[in-house]
Amino acid sequence: MSNDHSHHHDHGHDHVHADPHAPRKDLEDIPPTYHQALADAVAELLIEKGVFTGGDLRDTIEYMQGRTPELGAKITARAWTDPEFKAKLLTNAKEAAAEIGIDTGPAPLLVMENTPDVHNVIVCTLCSCYPVFLLGKSPDWYKSREYRSRVVRDPRTVLSEFGTDIAPERELRVHDSTADMRYMILPMRPEGTDGMDEAQLAQLVTRDSLIGVIEVNPPA
Amino acid sequence: MPFSVGETVRVRWATPPGHVRTPYYCRGLSGTVERICGKFHNPEELAYGRTGDQVVTLYRVRFAQKTLWPDYTGPAKDTVDIEVFEHWLETAQ
Repeated sequence: MSNDHSHHHDHGHDHVHADPHAPRKDLEDIPPTYHQALADAVAELLIEKGVFTGGDLRDTIEYMQGRTPELGAKITARAWTDPEFKAKLLTNAKEAAAEIGIDTGPAPLLVMENTPDVHNVIVCTLCSCYPVFLLGKSPDWYKSREYRSRVVRDPRTVLSEFGTDIAPERELRVHDSTADMRYMILPMRPEGTDGMDEAQLAQLVTRDSLIGVIEVNPPA
Repeated sequence: MPFSVGETVRVRWATPPGHVRTPYYCRGLSGTVERICGKFHNPEELAYGRTGDQVVTLYRVRFAQKTLWPDYTGPAKDTVDIEVFEHWLETAQ
């Protein structure tokens, strides 16, 4: 705190210093940005015109906030333990997920399997399409221009920055989610997990492995 | 014109204004149809509120990294799969 006051107060010019102890403004004390105002106005109009209710809006926000990478992890663990489920997941992901009570959302979902021959990674170079229904909100780096431009141009270097080195014998396959498909990666089941049950396996699976920037580590 | 899985196709070289869903980095380049995803409303029309009845076939096209980036330094087998709508594709000569 003392650093805030470390400068000299007796300098000669006549500008006024902002009060360093002024309370921090709440979000509501700052004028809304153009897009915040637009979003609020559209929401208010849709409610006013009866397209949906305030309760519907709240329900949707709550539902979407309940979507987390645990759903993708649960699907992965089932695929690792049930070959029939896995086969279905790779050909009809929506139906397979529905069998275990998971809604993959309105967009078609493609699940790409990592194998000893191929490693897959997802990006959306045009915007930031992401499997929100399975993984929740996307991480900021996924939306960054740096990730989006570099992972299609120099994917092996980008993956190595995530700590992932893909052997040169393996094909590195980038999926650019440019239109109506959404993607999830099915990572490889790590060594040393033979005795583990589905719930324990799901604990090993993290968000980034479902995007494809890392592999699933063996249990510690 | 429909294309089949495994067929070599080229992305049209074009730079139309407005909302475009074909990444610049694959335009004018050839790849192989990996799968046919189905028919969807054209997002390049939807972006302007024109929904209409027309749907367009969406393909996934697989490109070799070395095709996209001739100076790519990784293994020759590395690829990028891109979703491309039919009106952006033509038969590769």
